[in-house]
Amino acid sequence: MKRLRITLWVIVLLAAGLFGLFAYQLSQPKDDFVRSAMVGQPMPEFDLEPIVESRPGLSRADLADGQPKLLNVFASWCIPCAAEAPQLEALERSGATIVAVAIRDRPEDVERFLAAYGNPFARIGRDDISEVQLAIGSSGVPETFVIDGDGVITYQHIGDIRDSDVPMLLDELRKAGG
Amino acid sequence: MIAEIGLAALWLAAALSVLQLVGGYLGARNEDSELAVLVRPAAVLQAVLCAVSFLALVYVFAITDLSVRLVAENSHSMKPLAFKLSGAWANHEGSMLLWIAVMAVAGGLIALIERRLPERTMMATLGTQGFVGIGFYLFILLSSNPFERLSPVPADGNGLNPLLQDMGVSFHPPTLYIGYVGLSVAFSFAMGALLTRNVTPDFARVMRPWVLASWIFLTIGITAGSYWAYYELGWGGWWFWDPVENASLMPWLAATALLHSASVLAARDALRTWTIMLGVVAFSMSMVGTFLVRSGVLTSVHAFAVDPERGSFILALLALYIGGALVLFALRANTIAEGERFSLLSREGALVVNNVGLSAILGIVLLGTLYPLLTEAFDVRVSVGPPYFNPVSAIFFLPMLVILAVGPLLRWREDSFARIRMPVLVIGAAAVAALVAVLLLTDIGFLPLLGLALAAGVAIASFMPLRSRNIRRVPLAVWGMCIAHFGVAVALFGMAADSAFQQERLVAATPGDSVEVGPWEATLAGISPVAGPNWTAMQGDIFVSYQGGEPTETFPQARSFWAPQGETSEVALVTRWNGQLYVALGNQSEDGRWQLRLWWKPFVTWIWYGGLLIALGGAMALVGRVVGDVRRRSTARREEERRAEEAELATA
Repeated sequence: MKRLRITLWVIVLLAAGLFGLFAYQLSQPKDDFVRSAMVGQPMPEFDLEPIVESRPGLSRADLADGQPKLLNVFASWCIPCAAEAPQLEALERSGATIVAVAIRDRPEDVERFLAAYGNPFARIGRDDISEVQLAIGSSGVPETFVIDGDGVITYQHIGDIRDSDVPMLLDELRKAGG
Repeated sequence: MIAEIGLAALWLAAALSVLQLVGGYLGARNEDSELAVLVRPAAVLQAVLCAVSFLALVYVFAITDLSVRLVAENSHSMKPLAFKLSGAWANHEGSMLLWIAVMAVAGGLIALIERRLPERTMMATLGTQGFVGIGFYLFILLSSNPFERLSPVPADGNGLNPLLQDMGVSFHPPTLYIGYVGLSVAFSFAMGALLTRNVTPDFARVMRPWVLASWIFLTIGITAGSYWAYYELGWGGWWFWDPVENASLMPWLAATALLHSASVLAARDALRTWTIMLGVVAFSMSMVGTFLVRSGVLTSVHAFAVDPERGSFILALLALYIGGALVLFALRANTIAEGERFSLLSREGALVVNNVGLSAILGIVLLGTLYPLLTEAFDVRVSVGPPYFNPVSAIFFLPMLVILAVGPLLRWREDSFARIRMPVLVIGAAAVAALVAVLLLTDIGFLPLLGLALAAGVAIASFMPLRSRNIRRVPLAVWGMCIAHFGVAVALFGMAADSAFQQERLVAATPGDSVEVGPWEATLAGISPVAGPNWTAMQGDIFVSYQGGEPTETFPQARSFWAPQGETSEVALVTRWNGQLYVALGNQSEDGRWQLRLWWKPFVTWIWYGGLLIALGGAMALVGRVVGDVRRRSTARREEERRAEEAELATA
């Protein structure tokens, strides 16, 4: 009987722990985003073909040329990517170098997209199977990464860039050594 | 107006549940309490009011009253009537109303007909029911009012999630909910017995039909849910160990254990504490399940109706009821006298092993479901899937099948192995024969192989209890047990055969192409657009023939819904007795070819036939028990009348 009572109190304690865990998790802000585990890591090796004639493709070597850069992951079929286009142009005017990866896209669609919304990109790589996107831990479009001069990812911005994000991204770029 | 009637009925029912709690508490302390006489009528009236409230909700959905917010958010005037009706409970608010309505009706039924237990225990039971009810009424009325009005009234509704526009879904959640609620009744009985220190075989007999009924509904609900995921999600699997699926599996495991332990208590007056404990655990699991599904603390493919505020409310109820019950139990456990003793080699012994096995699997599923939640608190993200659940639960499931085969052959209290040697040898021979046959004919994995062999053994064993009995005099409840155990064998065979022998082909095809998968040959004749009431689709026209026989025409679709927008894959299924061909149409690739996915799944349907057989067995046992009770009661009444007459004659 004594053993039974002890067992039962242990069960009560376990249940209390479980409720505590539930309560803790409920009070935690649920992030809807999946943060990349690659932040702080060097860019993986890759070499992407160009997707439009006017811009060269993109490789790992282009990102480790001593100069920090913004890497924009976008697609012509993505509406928020069109919405963030003015902010990308503002970043470029402020002196940021922006390179891009076009995800699962067609050359003619990208041409049309760039003609309509502007082209702040120095290089655009063609990622038909999302290989680079997955390798750097990006779970959607648009996302923007800050890469330092040695090709190390220092910051990840998920979703479209709003007006208010522009100074913050310039700041991150400066911290990366620009 | 109808919506307001529904809301008013709900408030009144809530008030009655308070009366039921207070009256029940006073009645449990003192049978002659004045309020105690009101408890039973309060429960019955509450049932009527809740039924009215639920019907009011169904009515506003049927006429698509868009001034009710819930209708505007979940329905659409263009929807077929059947889906308008099912829309009433295919959302958070409506499903909670259904929950409380079923619970109130169950409470009303108990109050109306149950007179076998001491009145004090009944008062404590109904009081507990009222107590549980209050929490759910407050939850609905304060945070999930289904009758809330909307102004301005929109021109049309948002429609229902396309994945849910399916007949299977219309009945899946209510079926599970009835199961959950049945367990709340078992919980109330357990608390009533514990509060009044009256854990007796009579208590087990009274509780058993409720456990049995809720177990039948849970079995059907899980079986239907598994089949729905199989054909609607278009992945071809039948169980994914998704948190929402686990949320329905855990109460089922607890209810299965409770059912068997209640049988021991009813027949032999043993396992008293254990039965009470399982009564608490079974209801806890249905509440934990509801919490996990509704609060959004776990991410799930089923993610719907996620709301942290509601999560907090359910958590508070969970802590109050389950925490309270466990504390009460821990305080009271030493006052429950020890039940009858028995040897390990006996019917009771086998049932205890079965209970321990089920509880272990329950623990494994619970741990696997909550583990991501635990590690997330320490900032480590993991996901737990089939590589954990399958082998770890198999460790307990496979030995339990052996117990399932042998247990029913044993006698109560004490038995010897020598007495059951013959039937055990027959069962073992069947399993070994199946094992050897499969090994010689095919080359398959270890677990499916073991599954096939055990299925053969269990199938034979399930009817062994009938040997040397007069078949016509076997009680219906025993037939029920045999059928349910046979269902386990059938389902197991389906699972093992599907995982061992299924074949899959994924091809890009243009009209005119033929594909072979297993014994089937499929020819894509054409692709054309079709339109339904609230969707358009690309429809494949595919001729399939089994072993070169007469071709059957099938029409898999890739559907696009417009209110709300979404896409579903309507697979085409060709069912034969020995399996199913599963044809899903995917997207068109850039070169104009269509993705076709074909599976030949031998005996996969036996999984769900098995599930239905298990439920059928349960239903037979339920009918057998209830009819038996009614008969015994009328015999007792006649006996009493005869005695009264004799006494009258004697005095005259």
